[in-house]
Amino acid sequence: MTLGRRIAGRVLSGALVLLAAITLAFLSVHVAPGDIVDIIVGDQIPAPEVEAAIRAEWGLDRPLIVQYLSYLGRVLQGDFGRSYMLQTDVFPLLTGQLLPTLKLTAAAFVVAVVFAVVTALLTAHRPIGGRIMGGLELFLVSTPSFWLGIVLLYVFSFTLKIFPVAGDRSFSALVLPALALGLSLGAVVAQVLRQSLERALEEPFALTVRSWGAGEGTLRLRHALRHAAIPSVTLAGWLIGGLLGGAVITEQVFGRPGLGRVTVDAVLSKDIPVVLAVAIFSSAIYVTLSTAVDLLCLALDPRIRTGGR
Amino acid sequence: MTLQNAFDIPRGPGPLRRALRLARREWGAALACLFLLAVALGAAWPQLLTGYDPVAADPLAAQLAPGAAHWFGTDHLGRDIFARVVHGARYSLLIGASATVLAMVFGTLLGLIAGLARGLLDEAISRFLDVVSAFPDLLLALVLIGFTGPGTVNLIFALGVASIPRFARVVRSQTFVIAQSGYVEQARTFGLPRWKLVTRHVLPHAIAHVPIMATIGLGTTIIGSAGLSFLGMGPQPPAPEWGAMLSEGRNYLRNAWWIGAWPGIAITLTVIATGVIGRRWQAAFEGRRG
Repeated sequence: MTLGRRIAGRVLSGALVLLAAITLAFLSVHVAPGDIVDIIVGDQIPAPEVEAAIRAEWGLDRPLIVQYLSYLGRVLQGDFGRSYMLQTDVFPLLTGQLLPTLKLTAAAFVVAVVFAVVTALLTAHRPIGGRIMGGLELFLVSTPSFWLGIVLLYVFSFTLKIFPVAGDRSFSALVLPALALGLSLGAVVAQVLRQSLERALEEPFALTVRSWGAGEGTLRLRHALRHAAIPSVTLAGWLIGGLLGGAVITEQVFGRPGLGRVTVDAVLSKDIPVVLAVAIFSSAIYVTLSTAVDLLCLALDPRIRTGGR
Repeated sequence: MTLQNAFDIPRGPGPLRRALRLARREWGAALACLFLLAVALGAAWPQLLTGYDPVAADPLAAQLAPGAAHWFGTDHLGRDIFARVVHGARYSLLIGASATVLAMVFGTLLGLIAGLARGLLDEAISRFLDVVSAFPDLLLALVLIGFTGPGTVNLIFALGVASIPRFARVVRSQTFVIAQSGYVEQARTFGLPRWKLVTRHVLPHAIAHVPIMATIGLGTTIIGSAGLSFLGMGPQPPAPEWGAMLSEGRNYLRNAWWIGAWPGIAITLTVIATGVIGRRWQAAFEGRRG
């Protein structure tokens, strides 16, 4: 199979998943018990003109398939309807909050990857270092990111007063949230990466490189790491999903603005239009990022790229 | 050699000594078991471990540091934190275990059906699982709670549904492999009816991994339930759920670190314990398989 077809296949399957997510969002409103107007409006009692507006917006007097197609069309044009609870359109509400969340997610991603690569490189096949880091990783994996965040807040913000307690004004406000979110997920990646690095170091090519007289550092950094990275890259989708979900809680811990706060408020007040939009939005982010990582994987592994064995 | 002698083989150590010896070799797993037993005890009979009422406020004893009277200190309302952590075990274990069982049962069923039916039905189930897993677990649970509203039962439902694909995928691929294996083929040639073939020969092997996955997954579920309770989606106050306690503790971090510290430690230790046991079990299982 050629590279072009592979790329097209990945992108297409990403688009299909996204379509399915939108379909599920649409169906969930119809499947959920109760009248659709009540579901959309939430816990308040709808005024007659609001009810009429919802019926018109969703086209409730038309057949289901027409409703579905028009919903699909609206979503694809970026029209996620109106939140009758917040008295605002949903799309600008979300896009306005997108940037802080993406910043946090990206920073945490960097933390996770750097942590995983550094610990794996330093501790693969090192009995003592490996055990210590193994213990630390077990601790980090088992610690909820929000609890880690509270510990970091206590130590670095309240006691040492190095980082701000809340907000998103400066770069330093990003450090602790990114650490809290990135470390607990990075620990999982580190476990996988170290295992595959250890396996790579036992492969014949490692012996070959050693026989050239290359140092251990060169071997690990230039030859083994790239080889070992491939199994962990498949974790990337999981990592991105975990980061997006974890960001909701981390934003709450650190009082950061972002999609997380919008989501939590919407869920607690049953503001369904916003909840659905968040679901579609986040699956769009997820699909886009993980497709990008898949394509990166193609660049990393010549065997997949050429479609060889 | 008399008959008497033949029975006179040296007797092995007694059961207690054998257990101790095992515990020394597997001290990590033994410690984890002990801790989980203590947590389970707290969940079943919290009164055994603490005399304090977990929800009774005592304004005169608010924000006391850990000491002899209140081992873990008291919170902003003067409630004993040790009592709240002990009583909270019930919520965390109950929510975590129920959600895992829910995911396990439905995931196994879906996986079995997909693996046995093949064809169109398998395709449909697999695509459905793909789509469900395209939502990050926690976000999926959040969206479900958006429809059902917060609360303990709704939280269990949301977390359980979000973890179904994990089980379904593994059971499906296992069923696939086993249904094609030689011994099932042979059993089929014996003319066994299909239901017997499935229940007696496919099912036991297809689901052999499931309890191990459930044990390892229990930790993830407990973290998830604590996280959602932290956001206010779980048991409502004054219920002493660990995640909810952490979210209260976050507001008093400046002058009373202990309010948030203990429930956090309880979550971490419980999750470590389930993880250690799950992985030890997995290692033993794989060792036995060769």
